[in-house]
Amino acid sequence: MAIVASEASVRSTVEQALRGSKRDLRGRLFEAALLGSLLLSLAVLLALLWSVLQTALPVFAERGFDFVTSNMSRIESRAGVRQALIGSLLLIAFVFVVAVPLGIAAAIYLQEYAKDTKLNRLLIANIRNLAGVPSIVFGILGLVVFVQAFRVVTGPEVYGKSIISGGLTLSVLVIPIVILVSMEALRAVPTSIREAAYGVGATRWEVVRSHVLPYAAPGIFTGVILSLARAFGETAPLLLVGAVTGYLSPGLGGSLLEVLQGQYTALPTIVFSWSRQPGDEWRELTAAAIIVLLVVIMIVNAAAIVLRNRYERKW
Amino acid sequence: MAVSTKDAPVSLTTLRGSVGRRRKEGVVRAIISSAALLSLLVSLGIVVALIGEAFLFLRDIELSWLWADGWFPRRNPPEFDVLTIFIGTIEVALIAMLIAAPLGLGAAMFLSEYASPRLRRTLKPILEVLAGIPSVVLGFFALTVIHPTIVQDLLGASSAFSILAAGIGVGILTIPLVASVSEDAMYAVPGALREAAYGIGARRRTVTTKVVFPAAVSGIVASLILGFSRAIGETMIVAIAAGATSGALRHIDPLTPGQTMTGAISSLAIGSDQVKSASGFNPFLALYFVGLLLFVITFALNVASERFVRRVRRDY
Repeated sequence: MAIVASEASVRSTVEQALRGSKRDLRGRLFEAALLGSLLLSLAVLLALLWSVLQTALPVFAERGFDFVTSNMSRIESRAGVRQALIGSLLLIAFVFVVAVPLGIAAAIYLQEYAKDTKLNRLLIANIRNLAGVPSIVFGILGLVVFVQAFRVVTGPEVYGKSIISGGLTLSVLVIPIVILVSMEALRAVPTSIREAAYGVGATRWEVVRSHVLPYAAPGIFTGVILSLARAFGETAPLLLVGAVTGYLSPGLGGSLLEVLQGQYTALPTIVFSWSRQPGDEWRELTAAAIIVLLVVIMIVNAAAIVLRNRYERKW
Repeated sequence: MAVSTKDAPVSLTTLRGSVGRRRKEGVVRAIISSAALLSLLVSLGIVVALIGEAFLFLRDIELSWLWADGWFPRRNPPEFDVLTIFIGTIEVALIAMLIAAPLGLGAAMFLSEYASPRLRRTLKPILEVLAGIPSVVLGFFALTVIHPTIVQDLLGASSAFSILAAGIGVGILTIPLVASVSEDAMYAVPGALREAAYGIGARRRTVTTKVVFPAAVSGIVASLILGFSRAIGETMIVAIAAGATSGALRHIDPLTPGQTMTGAISSLAIGSDQVKSASGFNPFLALYFVGLLLFVITFALNVASERFVRRVRRDY
């Protein structure tokens, strides 16, 4: 056989084969498509914020802060979100008092105390499922239990459609989420911390209280704040437990119990009912209410991010 | 070394510590375990409430009302055609997944396989912010932006509401969920698998699609099921942008208004509190029945996705 390739040509062929063809066009396109899908989400987010801001601008330009301090009204030029803002903040305070301690306690039990028994595995699976139940189903639960069955306690004068009912419904909705994020934070605390404490004779509760909880606290708080933000924007269950959508008498006085047992409305509920009104003025008002809603949520989220960056630690 | 035997001998009682500490331990345990059991009570409450009230509904209606030409709770006789709202629900969820599946998975792949740790830290918050937008806000966006631009101008629909706009809105809402669950799954694929592939000369695209994707497939399937379940349960976007609050005919045209299960519940809840329909039957009761159906469907989907997630955990 006379065909013997020169050394140089063999080398160049081998080099080329190892290097691959220089321009991997398909690979580049693939990467661009992946990045594009992320950027498209960003574009949608920006479009959303831009359109809402633009629609809301006339309201804030004409009325300024007056919009935030006015009560509800059927007249476009006088309608404001004061009662809705107060109602939402009261609801969140209620959720904070009820759901957060319960959720963290349950998480401590499941993560630190519970043995791997059938009952405990069932509990955890059940909590995961509850976190995935549509929020409107929690609304039905709230309607049957808090509004109808416990009407005497939750608000005898307003057919049970009170802040207590709304707050309890949102609490039930948020508890599974609080449990899951808290368990996650507890799980991230290294075992060696616990063993060191057990080694010097601490009881289980002492280990949890003075060793595990302090290390898990930033994670727990971040998760809790984010779930509160979620509860703040939640609308569907409130429709069922009777947040007022039309007119609400301005009086928000009286003792704490009277306020809690009284009628209420909430920011997201206002957004919903206004968005169904015809006419450009209501549309602008809706957008303005959304701005107020988003600002509150952004403040809450920023607090969570600051907390996380400040206290995050790597093991 | 001689141990002094004159001190009190070490016994089990001294090792156990003080009675007070042990009692406290017991009290704490009782409190927090009951907090955990509360969640079981909540689930039980949901099931009992839904089944009890749905039973009342089924007892009071004539069964023929459940099969009609549409969902009209306030007609005489009322029409509770379950198929109408079921079709609407599935339609919205499918449109949502057409948006959320490619965008969510694409974003997840980029974050997990292509982005440097620094880029990842800058880009990931986009999804987190999107996840924090309340659904009423997306509903307003679907009604005032998506519907006029995409459905009316681009596709030439004439109605003021549409299933399509609601579906796209729900899709945007679902992107972060799909992205975060599937990214977790891909991120959990061990580096050794990738390095083995790079070692025999594979390109990044090949590694992503032929190694990481198959290895993480159960987690990815889980993210899609979870997204679908979330889309089925989403209420506010549909209530605002899909229209048809008073009722809808059974149809499959996504360019016209329609009604879903969640939309039906919310419009029953806000409109008809004390009002009885002409037939003397209180249509309000129907919301429990629809709620029960909704709960059963999403529960089954969540259990299925949990099963897939567990498979990922077992493998790696």
